Amino acid sequence: MKMKKLFVFLLPVFAIAGLILFNACKNADTKNTGTMADSTNTGAAPTAANAGLTLPAGFSAAAIAENLSSPRHLVVTPQNDIYVHLSGSNNGKGILVLHDDGDKATLKTGFANYGGTGITIKNGYLYASSNSDIYRYKLNDKNEVIDPAKPETIVSGLTNKRMHNSKSIVLDNDGNIYVNIGAYSNICDDYDKDKKGCPVLADAAGIWQFKADKLNQKQSDGVRYATGLRNVVGLDWNQQDNQLFVMQHGRDALHDLYPNLYTAKQSADLPAECMFALKNGDNAGWPYLYYDWMQHKKMLGPEYGGDGKKEADSKYLEPAAAYPGHFAPDGLLFYTGNQFPEKYKNGAFIAFHGSWNRAPEPQEGYCVVFQPFKDGKPDGKYEIFADGFAGPNKSPDGALHRPCGLAQGPDGSLYVTDDQKGTIYKITYKK
Amino acid sequence: MKFKIACLALVTSLFVLNLNAQVRHTKKHSSSGSAMARGKIVYNSICLSCHMAGGAGVPHLNPPLINTTYVLGDKAKLIKIVLNGFNEDVEINGQTYSNTMTPHSDLKDQQIADVLTYVRKSFGNKASSVSAVEVKKVRASK
Repeated sequence: MKMKKLFVFLLPVFAIAGLILFNACKNADTKNTGTMADSTNTGAAPTAANAGLTLPAGFSAAAIAENLSSPRHLVVTPQNDIYVHLSGSNNGKGILVLHDDGDKATLKTGFANYGGTGITIKNGYLYASSNSDIYRYKLNDKNEVIDPAKPETIVSGLTNKRMHNSKSIVLDNDGNIYVNIGAYSNICDDYDKDKKGCPVLADAAGIWQFKADKLNQKQSDGVRYATGLRNVVGLDWNQQDNQLFVMQHGRDALHDLYPNLYTAKQSADLPAECMFALKNGDNAGWPYLYYDWMQHKKMLGPEYGGDGKKEADSKYLEPAAAYPGHFAPDGLLFYTGNQFPEKYKNGAFIAFHGSWNRAPEPQEGYCVVFQPFKDGKPDGKYEIFADGFAGPNKSPDGALHRPCGLAQGPDGSLYVTDDQKGTIYKITYKK
Repeated sequence: MKFKIACLALVTSLFVLNLNAQVRHTKKHSSSGSAMARGKIVYNSICLSCHMAGGAGVPHLNPPLINTTYVLGDKAKLIKIVLNGFNEDVEINGQTYSNTMTPHSDLKDQQIADVLTYVRKSFGNKASSVSAVEVKKVRASK
């Protein structure tokens, strides 16, 4: 009886205890998941070996800066200062200046009331681009910007219709600057319904050339140097060949738009992401064709009568090299340094941002590739150079890091930006 | 001993109650299952490649379908996006998205209703269904 009374008295206590116990189990479950996710994070976090990257033997990587706000392209001065362009301008700081102390970079300052992608140094000037303009800043003998508040405007009012509006820039050795103006459309179907010729090509989908030291130019003052390029983000000047090389982002949605011609798997692999070596007047054929990297053929696009088998007109430019679909090449750099082994000299590094248009197939890319070159031309198959940026979840929203910009330091180190989490990686080699 | 059994019974009953609640919840969910199931098929074949399986979209390019008034707000506006496509500045939680969405007016009223019902009730979204009648009305008012 006494026991019974006690039991009745304790009933609410048991109830509460039971609830606590039950919830504790639930919490333990969530905590476990949390810990698992955390430990995976740690596996790819900068504290891990090589900052979570896998590299060829002898190479190592360090995360020298973290949590920057979407860093895109970057350039490193002989004094080890890094100028990195952020995609947006935060408090008037669209360009950050960091100093690389070896295994860590310290933020010195920031300037530019515009975000953007393009940034490069040539002939005593820092050139930088917003999504519609190109500016330059005079540098002192230490390659520091003399007056960050007063850039000179080289070109303004470049086509900027939201889609593919980032402007990457590079200079040649003859006083010209090149800028990509991406197509504001996937495949022009929304602008060329009667198939009379794609009107987007008139003011976009190509590379424009301007005078690098002439102020206040308009798009119409420039030369449409190459056309038929859907969107270029990675570009570089090949010093060996004295030629412009660009990486095109190939078209999307072959299966979505033509499910009877392309399977989801084919649409994930196709078309190729192409590297082109450009000369004045070249036409790479967008939107009329795409390149099939498995058949090594230029194929007529389904919007213009293609059926997945018909080849395109041979008049269009042949790619210099081709890579699997939707990898998204955002950075291109010809390596001219002496630190890395001989085979890397004058070859190309390509930063692949990583795919999204492969869904429902698994996403790919999220890596830095090395393309061997010989005498200024691609020579042999590409190799995955740096991998592991994404971590366990290779997807656009789940990736921990996504490689974007590339730069070479004065000692031949390779710098890679990540515009997802804002890391700058420095990759070095020791025998 | 009695004490232990009682305690066990208590925990078990709490557990069962909780399970029951979960079962009921699932059942309730599947009562509108046909529209959801049909909507998922449309989503997977038309929307997924840009907006991703989980509706999270692609940073800077394709907007997310989670927790945004574009999806959860005015149904007529949402139906219009599917019918006419979308080529305007989108800002969601401070992020902008630059890709153009193509029109999907070739879809039937019922397919649009199903896919929008699916989107408004998936990925953590909890908004009302869209009916074929509502889609028809918006299409006619174009």
